[in-house]
Amino acid sequence: MTDARQPSSVENEEITIQLNGVEVGARPGELIIAAAERAGVYIPRFCYHPRMRSVGMCRMCLVEVKGPRGFALTPACFASVAPGMEILTDSPGVAKAQDGVLEFLLLNHPLDCPVCDKGGECPLQDQTMTYGPGESRFVEEKRHWPKPISISPLVDLDRERCIQCDRCTRFASEIAGDPLINFFGRGDHIEVATFPDRPFASYFSGNTVQICPVGALTASPYRFKARPWDLEQVESTCTTCGVGCRMAVQSSSGRLVRNLGIDVDSVNQGWLCDKGRFSFQAIESPSRRRGPLVRKGESFGEASWQEALRGVAGACSRAASSGGRIAVLGGAHLANEDAYAWARFAKGVLQTDWVDAQLADGLPAELIQGLPRATIDEACSAKAILLVGPDPREELPVLFLRLRSALTSGRTRLVELTPQSTSLSSLAASSLRYLPGEMQSVLRSLLGTRGTAGAELPSAKALEAARVTLGMAPGGAVAGGDGGEGVVVLFGRASLAEPADATAEVVGMIADSMPAARFLHLGRRGNLQGALDAGLAPGMLPGRVSLAAGRERYGSAWEGLPPEKGEDARGIVAAAASGRVDVLFLLGADPLSDFPDRALAKAALERARFVVSIETIRSPSSDHADVVLAASGWAERPGTTTNIEGRVSVVAQKVVPPGTARPDWMIAEELSALLDRPMGFQTLEDIRDEMRRLSPLHRGLGREAFAALAAGDGLVLPLAAAPVTLRPRLVDPMSVPGVGSVDSQGSPSLAGNARAGWDLDSGEEEDASQVKPDTALGDFSWTDRPVADSAPPRDGYSLRLVVSRRLYDAGMAVAESPALAGLAEAVSIRVHPSEIEGLGLHSGDPVAVVCPQGRVTMKALSDASVSKGVALVQFNAVGSSEERVLFGVGRPVHEIRLESR
Amino acid sequence: MSEPTGSTPPAIVTSRTWRQGSWELGRYLQSGGYEGLRKALAMTPEAVQAEVVTSNLLGRGGAGFEAGRKWSMLAQKPVRYLVVNGDESEPATFKDHMLIEGDPHQLIEGTVIAAYATGASLAFIYIRGEFALGIERLEAALEDAYRHGAVGPNIFGSGFSLDVVVHPGAGAYICGEETALLESLEGKRGFPRIKPPYFPAAVGLYGAPTVVNNVETVSNLPWIVTHGGAAFAALGQGRSTGTRIFALSGHVNRPGNYEIEMVKTTFRDLIESPRLGGGVRDGRQVKAFIPGGVSAPWFGPEHLDLPLGQDEVGKAGSMLGSGAVTVMDDTTCAVRAAWRITKFFWRESCGQCTPCREGSGWLEKVMRRIELGQGREEDLDLLIDACDNISPGLRWPPAQTTICVLGPSIPSSITSAIHRFRDEFLLHVKEGGCPFPGALPR
Ligand SMILES: Cc1cc2nc3c(=O)[nH]c(=O)nc-3n(C[C@H](O)[C@H](O)[C@H](O)COP(=O)(O)O)c2cc1C
Ligand code: SF4
Ligand code: SF4
Ligand code: SF4
Ligand code: FES
Repeated sequence: MTDARQPSSVENEEITIQLNGVEVGARPGELIIAAAERAGVYIPRFCYHPRMRSVGMCRMCLVEVKGPRGFALTPACFASVAPGMEILTDSPGVAKAQDGVLEFLLLNHPLDCPVCDKGGECPLQDQTMTYGPGESRFVEEKRHWPKPISISPLVDLDRERCIQCDRCTRFASEIAGDPLINFFGRGDHIEVATFPDRPFASYFSGNTVQICPVGALTASPYRFKARPWDLEQVESTCTTCGVGCRMAVQSSSGRLVRNLGIDVDSVNQGWLCDKGRFSFQAIESPSRRRGPLVRKGESFGEASWQEALRGVAGACSRAASSGGRIAVLGGAHLANEDAYAWARFAKGVLQTDWVDAQLADGLPAELIQGLPRATIDEACSAKAILLVGPDPREELPVLFLRLRSALTSGRTRLVELTPQSTSLSSLAASSLRYLPGEMQSVLRSLLGTRGTAGAELPSAKALEAARVTLGMAPGGAVAGGDGGEGVVVLFGRASLAEPADATAEVVGMIADSMPAARFLHLGRRGNLQGALDAGLAPGMLPGRVSLAAGRERYGSAWEGLPPEKGEDARGIVAAAASGRVDVLFLLGADPLSDFPDRALAKAALERARFVVSIETIRSPSSDHADVVLAASGWAERPGTTTNIEGRVSVVAQKVVPPGTARPDWMIAEELSALLDRPMGFQTLEDIRDEMRRLSPLHRGLGREAFAALAAGDGLVLPLAAAPVTLRPRLVDPMSVPGVGSVDSQGSPSLAGNARAGWDLDSGEEEDASQVKPDTALGDFSWTDRPVADSAPPRDGYSLRLVVSRRLYDAGMAVAESPALAGLAEAVSIRVHPSEIEGLGLHSGDPVAVVCPQGRVTMKALSDASVSKGVALVQFNAVGSSEERVLFGVGRPVHEIRLESR
Repeated sequence: MSEPTGSTPPAIVTSRTWRQGSWELGRYLQSGGYEGLRKALAMTPEAVQAEVVTSNLLGRGGAGFEAGRKWSMLAQKPVRYLVVNGDESEPATFKDHMLIEGDPHQLIEGTVIAAYATGASLAFIYIRGEFALGIERLEAALEDAYRHGAVGPNIFGSGFSLDVVVHPGAGAYICGEETALLESLEGKRGFPRIKPPYFPAAVGLYGAPTVVNNVETVSNLPWIVTHGGAAFAALGQGRSTGTRIFALSGHVNRPGNYEIEMVKTTFRDLIESPRLGGGVRDGRQVKAFIPGGVSAPWFGPEHLDLPLGQDEVGKAGSMLGSGAVTVMDDTTCAVRAAWRITKFFWRESCGQCTPCREGSGWLEKVMRRIELGQGREEDLDLLIDACDNISPGLRWPPAQTTICVLGPSIPSSITSAIHRFRDEFLLHVKEGGCPFPGALPR
């Protein structure tokens, strides 16, 4: 992710070069290969990748450049343009060089095309056809290797096909920071290899497959699944986490087979994480819901939609007529349109404000919505980043790649305020660690304010380095610094064993002391931002408008609103557990897995009078439901999604949902009709129309805007006052082999084509240029600052728990995707080596973990990166729910002790 | 090592190598050892550098770049390094081998002088890993030199301090290429770095400005400082000043290292003089000879009277390169000789650049096929064209389209052999095998 690829506007061209005798513009310092490409002259290549450092190894890009001694062959991927430079890309000398390099590359290349996955989308094939020799003059025996070898559970390597371009190896070490593959040997026996007993275990391994210019690297989930010419694809957005990576979703014979990253400059720059790339497999899970189920005694029976919906509507009207409580949990996996329909159904039709898209595992919606926002690009070019939250690599993987490249290239600097080291710690200017319960104190010591007594504080040196990086005055005095100018704060829940209020209080203190800082929420769940923007949170209405402020506007449009602010997930679950909830809707939510206090969640599901689960895959929680409604999931329905930045982009439909599963918005609409309050949504366009009309945030999302949405980088809401411009995207077929070839030779794609979107409606258009960002921000601001309970004094014998998430867990995206399921680790407790030694145990031994609620046994691992006095437990790990005994919600800290069994 | 009876005086770098115990500090001191360093330390670094510029000492590692000019290009950053290249791995090149084993203190003294003159804060001697005895002697000598005060803190009380690190290579010819050597020193794969930046003097070891000089180059420094650059420049002629070691091998009666005043001697003298090569074995004729290592195009008998000077040889279409002169008599099979050299390059290509990585292997296979009797007439055109695809135009000096010059060196032997001995190739084809003595079984 170097800066080699620059935005494709023409204004900043400052020099001219002579390209094949024609004068064209170029930017100073630009590589010849890039300048030529923008001028419409494609130079063939293998090793060059616009997002990585040039290595000049394959020699495919040789062009002739005029020097003092006449024209000489020069690698276009390494040489920069200079004013007046004369370049030939089509001379006989260049043609001979290209022909020669291709002949060399093919000498040892096996004749595997008929059985090679890359066949049909292979840059080596394509460039040989265009620039190469018709026949080989090589009559000797080719080099042989055993085929293929597995270098990780996800990636196979066929060394015979490798052309030694260094793309995979460069990606692994430079972009992902996982230098687990490298060249081995030399000359024509050079091979890509892993280190002994260390597989290529990287969250990003699929990218190497995606950029391999031949069929040397293949992903085991796709091997032998399809051919490019029988693939269909649509451009879509990953909703596995909140980064919102753009991807080409490809199917064959009506089944999803592959996702490929698309290079969207402002978001994923071509990369995907392996979870986002491979978790499409989950939609074919045997636990996939195919139709409605209705409880009949102890078990479920299949039912018609009519029967099931009637049952739900009946429960709702009974609750309404008896003054009972209806609550809605979840919604962060829905499309924006679904979320809006559900927000209106809950708040306008059912008139309940007991609605929460989060499950007490996030932060207050007011906090997320009320702070000045930053985009990913702004974070990556900020003067400094302050991370107060989880390890981005574990929760928002591709954001980690963006941050990593910004840090390694020196474009920004990082200060961490985290309870444990993160994947970025080695790149941080200062890492401030805190003992759980002492986050506020450590922040106060950074700010130089009082209230740090008793806490274990970072060294004065670390604090001062942090202050310098953040542009604060020495000693932390608020006055004298630059008020957080140029600082972007990345915030989220670093540990589920600390209350949300503690993080919220700290973020509030930061916002107060750095008024110029901007904030980016590390919201892990796919479309959490879209759900919040649709109003799926207590006290909220669509468009970042508070219930109070939007009462008039929405009250009249929706003919009704909840009388007062409702409870959040914690309150809803607690109320349900004490029998005070009559109808509980689970909107793709699984409290048993995601609500931090599992016992309470279980009680809530058992004691809520009527539980409706609307889900795509059977979840543990839905075993307690009265009615299960099958929703269509990702790639099965069209829509839009909103990422952590507030960027709206398209999620396209590629396949047909199984059975009778249907979109969530349709379920809401039908329920509203059964309750005699039809919302009147017949199509997605109807919903978008209403959003555009009512929601100040969505104003301006008209025809032009949607064209940009579908084909460009997506749009960050609220729209700026500038008119929407469509930036043409340069698609180098070599950046993502497979996207271009499927486009040009795959089957024509009909289903859910991203290009036929929201722009087809004839609803009233609002010129984007007339929308002021301020009006779109609505009337919401975050004023209600929480103050967390303070932690009890430390107890020298106990360890404080940090409970955090890892990318691979027991969640459905992983567990139901065969390719990923094996990658999740079993539950364990990680502590500093001295803690394990102190017990006379070894890393990996079982240990008893004792806490006030009980005693559980799990594997203890020693990990020198864990601070002393802290114990690390992965949330929702595989194989056990025992860790949930250790912590719950609400308490300021959770202390445990280790005992040998 | 016996006395090199052939060396024409003055012997500059080989004045001790033939003596018993020449590698020991006592012997070294007896013969004026470390006097050059004492003298240098009494001068300013600039003055030492000026002497080297005056001497016009050309680099002895292969490229023949003026040492003084290289030093003056060194970017003036606070941290600078000196790296001495003792990776000598080219077939038939064995001069540094002798200097390291026979006179390690001279190498150390030269290293400290070079470091002083260039302001290097740390010096490395990268030495071919197979030189077991050389490494042993150099390390022992270095220890003695530290004890003697010639290396380490405050050298000879001058206030100048320097540490010297001996680093053995791990068995790759390519690590002699200076940028691959730097990568290797940094602990990475020995992949030559892509240029630009062209010179380690700008961006070298760990990104710091670095001078890389050959063992023989550096070994000349004590003499140059002691006797003055002008005395050195008075030897030789034109740009080729001083003396140079020629590693003479092949079909001569007296193969070995000979230090010879440059330009004043011809190849014929080197090969035939009774004090030097002592003539071709068995009174045979010179069929061809390689004037400067296996990267150099071959010469024929018509070149025997060329003087041993850098520009003289360059103008005639080859190079003095690493100073390895290999003589082939008329019993030599040109095909087999060129195949053997090609095989070397194939085994040693680092594998980065497609033309070198794949081309070397292909050429080797075709040459082998011809030598073993499976050749076709069209293979000659094929060989020439494949060579042309590695080094377009087959010019001299070769056009370079690869990351380092190993690639463009591959064609030299093949095109020389085809150019001079086309009939021999055709004979192999016609007879289905090699007509020369010692042919491998088909
Ligand atoms: C493939 C290759 C191998 C080389 N091997 C050596 C070597 O073994 N020793 C050496 O001194 N120079 C070697 N060189 C030359 C070095 O790159 C460099 O030019 C030299 O060390 C500079 O020292 P000098 O200026 O004193 O000659 C090699 C060059 C190439 C391209
Ligand atoms: S495996 Fe593929 S990406 Fe990696 S070096 Fe080989 S050809 Fe390039
Ligand atoms: S980083 Fe997030 S959005 Fe991107 S591919 Fe991974 S899961 Fe999907
Ligand atoms: S020319 Fe050959 S040895 Fe030199 S860098 Fe390229 S592949 Fe390696
Ligand atoms: S050398 Fe330029 S693309 Fe490979």
